[in-house]
Amino acid sequence: MAQIIEMPKLSDTMTVGTLVKWLKKEGDAVKSGDMLAEVETDKATMELESFFDGTLLKQFAPAGSQVAIGAPLCAIGKPGEKVDAPAAAPAAPAAAPAEEKPAAKAAAPAPVAAPAPASVPAPAPTPAPSVAPAPTTAAPAGRIRISPLARKLAEEKGLDYSRVTGSGPGGRIVRVDILAAAKNPPAPAPAAAKAAAPKGGADAWPWRSVFDKNPIQPESTVALSNMRAVIARRLVESKTTIPHFYLEIEVDAAPLNALRVNLNAGLTKDGVRLSVNDFILKASAAALRAVPSVNSSWDATGIKYHGAAHVSFAVAIEDGLITPVIKDTDKKTVFQISTEAKDLGKRAKEKKLAPAEFTGGTFCVSNLGMMGIERFSAIINPPNSAILAVGATVKKPVVKNDEIVIGERLALTLSCDHRVVDGALGAKFLNAIKDHLENPALLLL
Amino acid sequence: MPVITYREAIRHALAEELERDANVVVLGEEVAQFNGAYKVTEGLLAKFGPKRIVDTPISEAGFIGMGVGASMLGIRPVMELMFWSFYSVAFDQILNNAANVRYMSGGLINCPIVIRGPANGGTNVGATHSHTPENVLANHPGVKVVVPSTPADAKGLLKSAIRDNDPVFFLENTILYGDKGEVPEGEHLIPLGLADVKRAGTDLTIVTYGRSVLHSLAAADLLQKEHDISAEVVDLRTIRPLDIDTVLKSVAKTHRVLIVEEQKPFASVGSQLAFMIQREGFDELDAPIHRLTTVDAPAIYSPPVEVEQLPNPQRVLKAALELMA
Amino acid sequence: MTKKPSATADKKADDSVSSASPSSRAAINQQLGKETRIDLFRTMMRIRRFEERSLRAYQAKKIGGFLHLYIGQEAVAVGCCSLMGKNDHVITAYRDHGHAIAVGMGVNELMAELYGKATGCSKGKGGSMHYFAPDRNFWGGHGIVGGQIPLGTGLAYALKYKGLKGAAMAFMGDGAVNQGAVHEAYNLAALWQLPVVFVIENNGYSMGTSQERSSAGDLAKRAEGYNMAWGTCDGHDIYDVRAVMDKFLRLAREESKPAVVEIRTYRYRGHSVADPDNTYRAKSEIEEYRRTKDPIQVFQNTLVAEGVLDDALIAQIDQAARAEADAAADFAEASPFPTPDDIQKDVYWEADHPAERKSQGRLFFD
Repeated sequence: MAQIIEMPKLSDTMTVGTLVKWLKKEGDAVKSGDMLAEVETDKATMELESFFDGTLLKQFAPAGSQVAIGAPLCAIGKPGEKVDAPAAAPAAPAAAPAEEKPAAKAAAPAPVAAPAPASVPAPAPTPAPSVAPAPTTAAPAGRIRISPLARKLAEEKGLDYSRVTGSGPGGRIVRVDILAAAKNPPAPAPAAAKAAAPKGGADAWPWRSVFDKNPIQPESTVALSNMRAVIARRLVESKTTIPHFYLEIEVDAAPLNALRVNLNAGLTKDGVRLSVNDFILKASAAALRAVPSVNSSWDATGIKYHGAAHVSFAVAIEDGLITPVIKDTDKKTVFQISTEAKDLGKRAKEKKLAPAEFTGGTFCVSNLGMMGIERFSAIINPPNSAILAVGATVKKPVVKNDEIVIGERLALTLSCDHRVVDGALGAKFLNAIKDHLENPALLLL
Repeated sequence: MPVITYREAIRHALAEELERDANVVVLGEEVAQFNGAYKVTEGLLAKFGPKRIVDTPISEAGFIGMGVGASMLGIRPVMELMFWSFYSVAFDQILNNAANVRYMSGGLINCPIVIRGPANGGTNVGATHSHTPENVLANHPGVKVVVPSTPADAKGLLKSAIRDNDPVFFLENTILYGDKGEVPEGEHLIPLGLADVKRAGTDLTIVTYGRSVLHSLAAADLLQKEHDISAEVVDLRTIRPLDIDTVLKSVAKTHRVLIVEEQKPFASVGSQLAFMIQREGFDELDAPIHRLTTVDAPAIYSPPVEVEQLPNPQRVLKAALELMA
Repeated sequence: MTKKPSATADKKADDSVSSASPSSRAAINQQLGKETRIDLFRTMMRIRRFEERSLRAYQAKKIGGFLHLYIGQEAVAVGCCSLMGKNDHVITAYRDHGHAIAVGMGVNELMAELYGKATGCSKGKGGSMHYFAPDRNFWGGHGIVGGQIPLGTGLAYALKYKGLKGAAMAFMGDGAVNQGAVHEAYNLAALWQLPVVFVIENNGYSMGTSQERSSAGDLAKRAEGYNMAWGTCDGHDIYDVRAVMDKFLRLAREESKPAVVEIRTYRYRGHSVADPDNTYRAKSEIEEYRRTKDPIQVFQNTLVAEGVLDDALIAQIDQAARAEADAAADFAEASPFPTPDDIQKDVYWEADHPAERKSQGRLFFD
């Protein structure tokens, strides 16, 4: 039976060897100790020695090829003995390392993501304008600096350390702060019982801060989060490079609210509640269809007009904001938009949005109405060419049929990129929104 | 209890062990006729004769290696390095041979050698003579490293070191040789790997060893008097094996840690300690672990400035106040 | 070793040690019995077959790291170690397989060590360069060139300290003679008259640098600077090795005097098997040594001439040596590797003897 000679390990670091040249031809007689071939390793060129007597029956690897350790090189046996080609094609292990490199070089460079106008390389949140996160408590946003011991102590005592002021370096909460907080809750006095509210009670009495002599917050410099840095960069870019102008209009929101109340009454059992914003999103999309020139982006080489209306809306999240996008808003029903917007908003706050879900918007809506803001102007969210700022619906006197009556009014402010949207165009668009909102039944068609 | 010097304590340990075990032999440069470069071995030649107390040529690689070889055959050599700084010329013998031979022989060979000598700065002898290699030594599994701070510890630990079956590196301090302290009479053994709380306190733990223990104790007094801060001082005494439990116990009491060491900061003994404290005592910490080391430069010669390069009570005090901020 | 002994070799009638050379006439050789001579030959053959088998195992990826083969130098270790008495000790560098077999270590444990197996002589913790057998007075097996020489001097120091009549043989290659530690050891040995024989196995090359390119002057003669005795001998002739070494070992044992002996030998293989041969010496040089000076062939010829060996016995010894090496490889192959739990064993005596541990605290870190 013929002996298959394999590529030997010839050094401590070798993984493949180059078969430099054969010293024995097929058919040559071979004695134990004879040199069969020269093999170049990572360290040196060495001779391959035969441990067998016989005839070199077959060479499996040509001179110049690279052969992995253990791959067959040749067969030695009795003259005339038949040799089966080894199972593993010798060329494969031989060729692999040698040819991989040039092949890799020849390959086209990996495609880089098509340049997006927004030029946001990483899946970073697309900021929307001037929406302040609205914490419901007075707890400082972000990480609380607390020593491991103090945290453990607070947990043991069931103390909410987010309300404890730290006395350590940089405002770090340390052991003594927790001990003091545990020992000295605000003095319980009958007259001021509400001040002695337990956990969470501090917020129930917002004027407490008037008497608090502690620093209003730990003095500190907090490193920029990625999100904060992106927001900062993009809004500065927007406000300093885009020539903003603002158009304002008041909408009669009474029909909308009437419709909403009716619909919601019917939808309660389905657990659905349509918001003003859902209608505004729909109305914006409808207006984009009516005045498509606003559905566009300024590009250095031209103005890009988008074929689909993807309306995004700003959501405040911890440490920033993000603008989820409702794709093809114009083609969706208010009901669909409402369901989708709730889901996107919820997942946005959980920071669970996929990049595709907050990129690609063509128009943006920012709504601070639920926070009591009556009107404001927003910063355009590039590469959009306009953004709609929505205020609160307020009851106020209006003149109707020459009489002063109580109206339900909703202020809309459109910020426009003057490079793309001129005053008349913007006005036409804003009026289209108004028309749709004042005839909300149309939005349900 | 008799009050003797650190130097005498070491000498007594040597004499007692020479007396006890005929295989113990003291070798080193100037240890016999000259009575010791720092007089540690003074009088031993007269008492034990030239077979037991042997002057070597200035040839650290040769005689340390020779001691390692002799220890494989059961001799218990106590080799004196005039300065631990000279370990570098015998590095291969100390850390390739002594440290590895048991392992590479699959446990067949032991190396019960002790290498001892001073390892400290503060005597204005410049960078070549001021190395403190306890971190380098302790980085090698198989060896033990001892750095005593008091006469009593020096005696009790050296006696244990000589009886130990593993190679033990014993790092003394030229500045401490003349320091006096109470040392128990008779058989006085301190196990290797047992730390000692040199001063009890409640507000912070100073973990230290060697001469830095004395600076830390002085600083602890100042902290108490001037700042009403109560510092606990833990003297490690042995670097490897390491008594981390005593350290953690103290941290659990005070919640704040200052490490004081006569080491260059990068990858020092304190670095290892800090890792272990944060790993095993994380929830006890009320502040980041703080550390005071030798100022990170080769040892400066200039006498008044060298004092500022090394740990000293004022520097320890300052670091402690930083920790307590 | 395929060459057959010359058919015309003189056969002696009484099969006693020949007196063809001065070294063969030395008393230490004249007193060798027939079986002892065959044993010497057998040991040399066993070393060679072990080394050849280990080379194959290395090339089959069974062995990691370096592999420094002793092929060509067999007469040195076998000759020297055949002179060992109860209180004689041996230490050498990383080309240590020959010495290990010569002092009587089992080839199974040696091969298993190469394979990194738990059944290896160092439990798979030392490898090729780090064989030890303190029960056979063999103290390694050391990886750093010249680093073992102070240790060997220490063995001699311990002998003298304990008042034992013995000698230490501290082997080194010709590359080690320029290391400072070697000279420090020379000085100490001469200064304190320690019973050590420093044996330079001069195979002509310190790795890939020839003697004339690395060392000034005669290697053994450097002993004169330390007032030490010195000598040289032919490492291809085991009788000569024994004759010369016997003289200096006696000097050490009986008069506690150190010496340096340079034994001229030759290795057929690269420094390690991973190292090339063609950069620093001609292939014809290796072939010439193989053809004319091979220590096994030389001794075989001698023993045939002495009437101790014949073709059948040679073949039998060779076959047995091959079979033994193959069996060792089988043993190694079948043996288990140490486990990750074994990594931290054999580091500290105290950790391995917890009942007797006196120290406290942590010995190991993570």
